[in-house]
Parts: sequence; structure tokens; C-alpha cells
Amino acid sequence: MMISVSHITKTYNKGTIHAINDISFEVEKGEIFGLIGPDGAGKTSLFRILTTLLLADSGEAKVNDWDVVKDYKKIRNGVGYMPGRFSLYQDLSVEENLNFFATIFDTTIEENYHLIKDIYEQIEPFKDRRAGKLSGGMKQKLALCCALIHKPVVLFLDEPTTGVDSVSRKEFWDMLMKLKAQEITILVSTPYMDEAVLCDRLALMQEGKILTIDTPEKIRASYPLQLFAVKTNHTYKVLNELRNYKDTESCFAFGDSIHVTFKTPTDEKTISKYLSDKGDTDLTVEKIEPTIEDSFIQMLKN
Amino acid sequence: MRTLIFLLEKEFRQMMRNKQLMSLLIIAPLIQLILLPLAANYSVKNINIAIVDNDHSTISQRMIHKITASGNFRLTGYANNYNDALKMVEEDKADLILQIPANFEKNLVRENHNQVYLAINAIEGTKANLGGGYLASILRDFNENIRVNWVNPGTNNTPQVVVASTNWYNPYMNYHLYIVPAILVSLITSISAMQSAFNIVQEKESGTIEQINVSPIRKHIFITGKLIPFLVLGIFLFTLGLLAGWLFYGIVPVGKLYVLYISLVVYLFTMLGLGLLISTYSNSHQQALSLSFFFINIFNIMSGTFNSVDSMPGWAKTLVSVFPPSHFIRITRMVMLKGSSLADISGHLAAIFLIGLILNTWAVLNYHKTA
Repeated sequence: MMISVSHITKTYNKGTIHAINDISFEVEKGEIFGLIGPDGAGKTSLFRILTTLLLADSGEAKVNDWDVVKDYKKIRNGVGYMPGRFSLYQDLSVEENLNFFATIFDTTIEENYHLIKDIYEQIEPFKDRRAGKLSGGMKQKLALCCALIHKPVVLFLDEPTTGVDSVSRKEFWDMLMKLKAQEITILVSTPYMDEAVLCDRLALMQEGKILTIDTPEKIRASYPLQLFAVKTNHTYKVLNELRNYKDTESCFAFGDSIHVTFKTPTDEKTISKYLSDKGDTDLTVEKIEPTIEDSFIQMLKN
Repeated sequence: MRTLIFLLEKEFRQMMRNKQLMSLLIIAPLIQLILLPLAANYSVKNINIAIVDNDHSTISQRMIHKITASGNFRLTGYANNYNDALKMVEEDKADLILQIPANFEKNLVRENHNQVYLAINAIEGTKANLGGGYLASILRDFNENIRVNWVNPGTNNTPQVVVASTNWYNPYMNYHLYIVPAILVSLITSISAMQSAFNIVQEKESGTIEQINVSPIRKHIFITGKLIPFLVLGIFLFTLGLLAGWLFYGIVPVGKLYVLYISLVVYLFTMLGLGLLISTYSNSHQQALSLSFFFINIFNIMSGTFNSVDSMPGWAKTLVSVFPPSHFIRITRMVMLKGSSLADISGHLAAIFLIGLILNTWAVLNYHKTA
């Protein structure tokens, strides 16, 4: 096991706020493990405990068999951490930042260049530019390079693509896939569902607890009800009408359509009829496969 | 060691890149050092005096003439009575009222004794105090003259003790000689303690400290790497200040320069320790600024820059003895004015070092890589 967390609890404000409440999970070597959950679910606290920046109140955690308390020095030598906010030196250039982080880990850029080559080549044209002057996507690529330069066995990425355009996000995940191929274990949190499905396994967190851990496919398959998508030009009106329908289990706007489930099995015609009785005729109703986001919303609701 | 060198390289690079801060750090102290001694002058001039002369005699005229001739006073005007003169004080035209009673000369001749009345506007304490003092000494002098002129020298020969005094180490009581070293110290104090605190807090605010903390870098290496650049900056600014003192005020240290610089290094060690300590208790610039401002303000006012520590009450003296600047101000004055040797200042130097040792140990213990 590359990461093993058992019964970790962390409280703030003298025990009144449970940031993390008795969490356990394990991550295997070469796995991309995703942490998903709303803000305040305890994801960042978990990252900080695993990177030895925060001490847990109770429980044990190990990274590559190093205990986060006893072997903290080994962990600091052997893992890469990318915090949620950009935290490189904005007044140093791209190259200087990379050089700096290589040096404090007692290595050189040349020594591990093969690890960062694919990423660094993309930002190399700007190597003399100050890090603070880079675009959001560039900054994240540089931060990833800096986190990788000492050849860590585990990478901790706390929302690495938040605030980054979709093209850069895709490029970033392509790189993570390449790192995975090199057997680097990655623990990553993300608010984006299209990124979540790229993980090998996911943990859904809420209020300091893990609701479920599974592969994206299984999480999707575990959706308990038949899901319908209603498309209309009067989303708000139809949304309210569906919510007032006696048999509705859940109903929410999802992109340009409405996702709705019912307590008892039903079909498209019944729904269409109900809505057309209300005066909504210009709409389509169809059965759909749930996305991972539907599954999460379903789980968070319960 | 390689890490430390690289840390230093990074710090200096960042420092040099912050052009605005760098020029401010160099120019601002110089301007203060040049301006402050000129403005902060204790010899009070231009005290406005209003005179109520109810006698209009030769003696009273001679007295008034003597007062205005001293150069410290400016005669704002004669008033007919005390109330008119008070009005001049209220309108801020006069600082002092001298009232000469009617029949001043006559009574003086007849009774060999008389009184004048002095009223002082004490809103500006220093001016009032010194003005009153000046005037009193002028009147005493005037008194002596009358005695010599009027009393027959042969019959009333009272023996007198005359005190003759010399001002050692600053024979002409040159105020600049006294104030320039102190201002130099207070500038070094602010820059070393504040800038080192801000620099570390900056790393906290930008989040870079997180990256440093998850690295194997040792905390004493990191701290040393933070303090050395400010040690260098402090030495550089002190040198610049000495040069400015020489160029603008012609002040050349009487003592050995190496004594001054050894003390400076010890002092910077202490003040950087204070900055470091402040940074461990602050999470933002605002907190660091408020904390350091609190200390530096007290230091500058209480450490004997402008007023003498010896004239403070006992409890204040004890308190001031733990303020590093009070010792360093003494050292700079002793070395620059008196030419004291390392042995002469060893007591003060040891005190600074001891305080520095406590501050630095405290700061290092309080600096955590883990929350």
C-alpha cells in the first residue's frame, strides 16, 4: 500500500468542528485516487495530515510505509505536494523556481529531467518569465514540475486544476496519466466530474466522512433509480411543476436539461402527459444513464 | 551548506528584484538621517515674550533690553496690563509674560529688594521650561550687575563660589553630535526588526512556506538563510549612515570602527531575532506591522534617543535595560563621541547578546514546520 489511512480524526476549535471524522482508506501503488466532495468536506486537512503539515488528533496514517508522525522526515523527502493555491515564488522566474526546489531537495534539474520533460517542454519557452506573470494553466504546470523534480513516490495534488481553462485541464490530466504509467501514486482532489471519472478509484467525502469508495463505473452503476432527462425551453417553470408532482423523488437542473427521478416506476409518457396538462407541450422526456455527478448528488442527499 | 548558499542566492535575488522596496530602504533612512537632526533641536529660539511694564523706569528698560539682546527671545509687544498680555497668550502671540510692578526702580533702591512676575504658557512643555529657565538666568545675571553697580563693593563683600564647567567629549554641546548616532540606531532598529519579520510573513501569505515545510530543508538552515541577507543590509545601511553623518554633520567617530561594527553585528543578531519572533506570531503583514510598530515605537521613545534614560523613574530604567536599542545607543555614543574601547562597552554588548540569545531561541522554538 502506498497510502494507508486508518481512523484519522482531526478537529478544530477545541474539538467542536470535525474537519475529518474517523476516516480510513488505502491507495495502491500506481493508482490515481480521487477525493471528491463539497468545500469544507475535509479534503485539504487530509492532504495536510498526509504531507506532515498537520497533526491528526487520533488515528494512523502511512505514506509508503512511513508513519506521518514518526517518519515525517522521510515523507518530506519522498513525496511531492501541490497545495490548492499557487505557492511558488512569484518574483522568481520559471527556471529559478524549478532550480530552487531541486536544490532544497538536494537534487538537480538534470537528474530527474526525464520525469518532467513532457511538462517542462510546454513551459520552457517562458523559462525566463516570472512565475507570477504566467497564465493559470502554465502556473499549474510549473507547480507540477516543482512537485516532481525530486522524483517523489507519491504525489499529493489538492485541486490542481481549479481556475484553469478546459484545454489546460485536459493537458494536465494527460500528464497525470503519463506519471501513473511511471508507477507514481497520485492522490488528487477535484471539483470537476469530468476529471473524477479519470481516476482509478474515487472517495466521496462530506463533512469529514467518506460516503463511498469505489471505481467511477461502479459508483455510476450503483445509482438506485431510473433517471429521466427533461429538455424544455422553460426550464424554471417545468422544474417547479415537476417538483410539485406527487411522485417526484428528486428533481434538479443539470446543464441544459432537468434530471428527475420518481418514487415508483414510471415511463416517459406519464411524465409528458402530466406536463402537457400543465400547459408545457414543447419538451422532450427520455430515460438516461446516470452520470457520476448524478450518483454523487444522490449520495450527498441521503 | 549548499542549500544555505542557494537559499541566500534566492533571497538576494528576490531582494534586488523588489526595486521599489530596495530604493525605499536605502533612500528613506538617509533622508531621515539628514532631516531629523536639523529639525530635532533642543536649543529653543524665538520664544515670544509679552511685557507688562508698569514702571517705565531706566532699570526696567535696561532689563527688557538685556532680555531681547540675548537672542532667545522675541519681543512681541508691550501690554498695558496683565489681562491684555494674557490675551496675547490666548491668541498664541506670546509664550511668556513678564510683568514689572509699578515703582520697581524706586522700591528696589529703597528696600534693596523687589519682585517681577513671570507667567509661562505651558502648552508646549519644552519651550516653556527652557524659556522660563533662560529668562530666570538672564534675570539672575541682571541682579548681579545691579549689586555690583549699586552696592558699595568695599563694604559688602560676600564671598562667592563660582562654578566653572566644561562639557567633556562634546565641548560645544553640539546637539548633532548627540542625536545623529541615536537616530542612526533607531533607523537600524526599525529596518532590521521590521523587514525580517515582513519577509518571513510574506512567505506565509503567499503560501510558499507550505512548499518549504514539505521539503527536507532544516529549519535552522531556512532561518539562517532568512537572517543573513538582513544582517548584510543592516551593515550596509549603518555604513551609509556613518558616511552621511560625516558628510552632512562632519561627525567622525572618535573610537575604533571595528568596535562599532562588532557591536552592530551583535545588535543586528538581536533585532533580527525579534523580527523572527514577531513573524512566528503573525500570519499576515498587518499583524506583523502592528506588532513590530508597537515594539519599535516604545524602543524609539524610551531608549534614550531624545531624552535621557537616567532621568527616568526607577521602574522605567529597569524596563529600558531590557530594550536592546538603549544599550546600542549608549555604545554608539560612547564609541563615536568618547572613543570607548571594546572593554569599556563590554557590559552593554553582553546585555545585547544575552537578550538576542533569548529572542532567537524563543523564535526558533516557536517556529513550527507542522501546524
